[in-house]
Amino acid sequence: MSTYLLGRLGSLVISLLVASIVIFLILEVVPGDPAQFMLGMNAQPDTLAALREQLGLDQPAFSRYVTWLFGMLHGDLGISYTYKTPVTELVLQRLGVSLPLAVLSLSLTILIAFPAGILAAAKRNSRTDFAVMGVTQFGVAVPNFWFAILLVWVFAVILHWFSAGGFPGWDKGLWIGLRSLILPAIALALPQASILARVMRSALLDTLEEDYIRSARARGLSQRATLWRHAVRNALIPVLTIVGLQFAFLLAGAIIIENVFFLPGLGRLIFQGITQRDLIVVKSVVMLLVFAVILVNFLVDLSYIAVDPRLRRR
Amino acid sequence: MRKSLILLAIAGAMLSGTAYAQSRTDVNIAMQLEPPSLDPTTGGAAAAIRSVTYDNIFEGLTRIDRDGAVQPLLAKSWDISADGLTYTFHLHDGVKFQDGTPFTADDVKYSLDAARGEKSVNAQKQLFAKIASVDVVDPTTVKVTLSGPQGDFLYDMGWGDAVIVSQKTAATNATNPVGTGPYRFSDWVKGDHVTLVANPDYWGAKPSIEKATIKFISDPTAAVAAILAGDVDVFGGFPAPEAVDQIKADPRFSVTVGSTQGETVLAMNNGKAPLDNIKVREAIAHAIDRKAIIDAAQFGYGTPIGSFFSPGDPAYIDLTSISNFDPDKSKALLAEAGVKDLTLSLKLPPAQYARAAGPVIQQELANIGIKVDITNVEWADWLSNVFTNKDYDLTIVSHVEPNDFGNFGKDGYYFNYKNPEFAKLMTELGNTTDPAKQTAIKQDVQKLLANDFAAGFLFELPNITVANKDLKGIWENAPIPATIISEMSWAQ
Repeated sequence: MSTYLLGRLGSLVISLLVASIVIFLILEVVPGDPAQFMLGMNAQPDTLAALREQLGLDQPAFSRYVTWLFGMLHGDLGISYTYKTPVTELVLQRLGVSLPLAVLSLSLTILIAFPAGILAAAKRNSRTDFAVMGVTQFGVAVPNFWFAILLVWVFAVILHWFSAGGFPGWDKGLWIGLRSLILPAIALALPQASILARVMRSALLDTLEEDYIRSARARGLSQRATLWRHAVRNALIPVLTIVGLQFAFLLAGAIIIENVFFLPGLGRLIFQGITQRDLIVVKSVVMLLVFAVILVNFLVDLSYIAVDPRLRRR
Repeated sequence: MRKSLILLAIAGAMLSGTAYAQSRTDVNIAMQLEPPSLDPTTGGAAAAIRSVTYDNIFEGLTRIDRDGAVQPLLAKSWDISADGLTYTFHLHDGVKFQDGTPFTADDVKYSLDAARGEKSVNAQKQLFAKIASVDVVDPTTVKVTLSGPQGDFLYDMGWGDAVIVSQKTAATNATNPVGTGPYRFSDWVKGDHVTLVANPDYWGAKPSIEKATIKFISDPTAAVAAILAGDVDVFGGFPAPEAVDQIKADPRFSVTVGSTQGETVLAMNNGKAPLDNIKVREAIAHAIDRKAIIDAAQFGYGTPIGSFFSPGDPAYIDLTSISNFDPDKSKALLAEAGVKDLTLSLKLPPAQYARAAGPVIQQELANIGIKVDITNVEWADWLSNVFTNKDYDLTIVSHVEPNDFGNFGKDGYYFNYKNPEFAKLMTELGNTTDPAKQTAIKQDVQKLLANDFAAGFLFELPNITVANKDLKGIWENAPIPATIISEMSWAQ
């Protein structure tokens, strides 16, 4: 088990280092000058030079990379060019929206997908199975921004149950904050739940054909007990992999939904950072997301140990 | 007698009724772009900064009113020396910054010196270029001496970038702005909204609105939903012209379409062959059907322009006939110039108007035999390659700063336009403080640019404002980027 763990940990560190170099180099070659962007079309050359110096853009690339890397090691992500506030502060603010939103939509995803997938597999080729497959086919096919707009029109514009978007801030109260995330979470969860339900179903169907299932049935275990004790547990490995990927996606990839609901999440922070050439924000946030994705994958690898006893002996 | 008593009673009841119906004192404002910081004097040309802070948090010596005219603000009056080089400003007494620090002539000196100083990162530093010295005469009098005449100096001091800040808070104004204005900064949930509250110690008249939440919504669909759901009371610079008719039909809202300072042009690289040939530029100008472009880019909202000047300005003259839509004339001009098989690049920044107008222009130029290759670029890319390196033939962009026609005379500006006559007019304009003479020169400038076909002049961006119909006092036109909350109020 410790060899397995050390191996995973080592690849985690190497992946992070490689990612930091790639991110830095990509942003070096992107055309566009942050100072020029900030000052706009009336800027004088001397003003541009003064701002570049203020932002530290006149330093050579290697020294900027080293400063950035060592800053990150002790939690300093730098100061945003445009917002003039520490990137850490910006990220924490955005995480205050993106993290609850990701958790909420992932919970919804699991709450819908697990029962639906298990039901469909257990009653294979029944009407229930066809219904689940039909609905999830629809859920995968519908563009989620369209579904989000539909939710806004029905629940905000017509029914006035929710506001059309925006995030008032957690200091206004837990319910008020949570309420502004409900529609976005539903919009995000629909396609994810559909995908996960289908993965759950097919993984379960695969395991149900394994020899040990037949043995268990032959030993006189009921169909229900076989399903829960043997099949579901073994089907979880591919399902957990997908859940891990989905969480990473929901954390950073919700940008379209964030736009529809004008939520101040991480996705929009990166997008804004790119268009405004707030490169320090882009670098640091992308690095942070890479870290999150790698960490989630690491945790998923760990969870395999919990699910699969064979890995514990390595 | 009895009848009139009853009437009186009814009137009394109605009066007390209205007295009970408390009108709202808060307002939810929306705008498209979030400001990067809240300091209008350092590093950030974003109109969004001024839209939030101008005359709300920060005030200048003068201000620009809703008609684009100069009014006194922190300076209650001024004297101008006969040579037009010395301005003596008399400041209001008893004005305090929102942190309690008194406002004095020293703050004026500090602000103007910082803006024109060597380390200045003020995006409009050119406004202060002619200031030779700023001298404090006494706490309420300050004397500004210019090195040369600057005809628009009082107007320039009304820009959002020329506001007066306190030295004590200058370093932190980006995130915690402190000014002398009627509203103070309360909080900023980045990416979502800024909250301003009335300044209880304000030196001027007490505004009707006590709390303003300014939300930032850039997505057009989200903007429409926010208005229809009632989340937002007023949306200035409404980004969804396609939805205007639908909102107009709803009795809850009022829609106004005013003017801006945004001249949208098809910029032509005057320094690059064959666009250095006036006949080729003229041919392109005559190939453009402005109506088709306004319909495509702005769903019909927008005023055609024939030169580089805002139709909202008193000195404006309509010169669209100089470059009327006449493709046959275009073909003749191209033949005269001996230009055949011409291919030009058209670089489009991400603004909606540019991306929508681009293909129309491509088609219109194809009709006169010019092939146009469209490239979509990002803003940062546009600023580096088109604006700074002048690597382009054609581009579409809106110039949103007020009175920025002077850019045509700037050496190395991306238009690459050169005409000694223009430089002469600009010098004359700078030397004039007489309004009538200024107007005459500005009109000569418009004619010169139109007759030189210095660019393809398309249309003035409209200022579409959608609002709750009970909210009064909103600016219909946008002579400068501003959202003046103190002039807003709710109907009883």
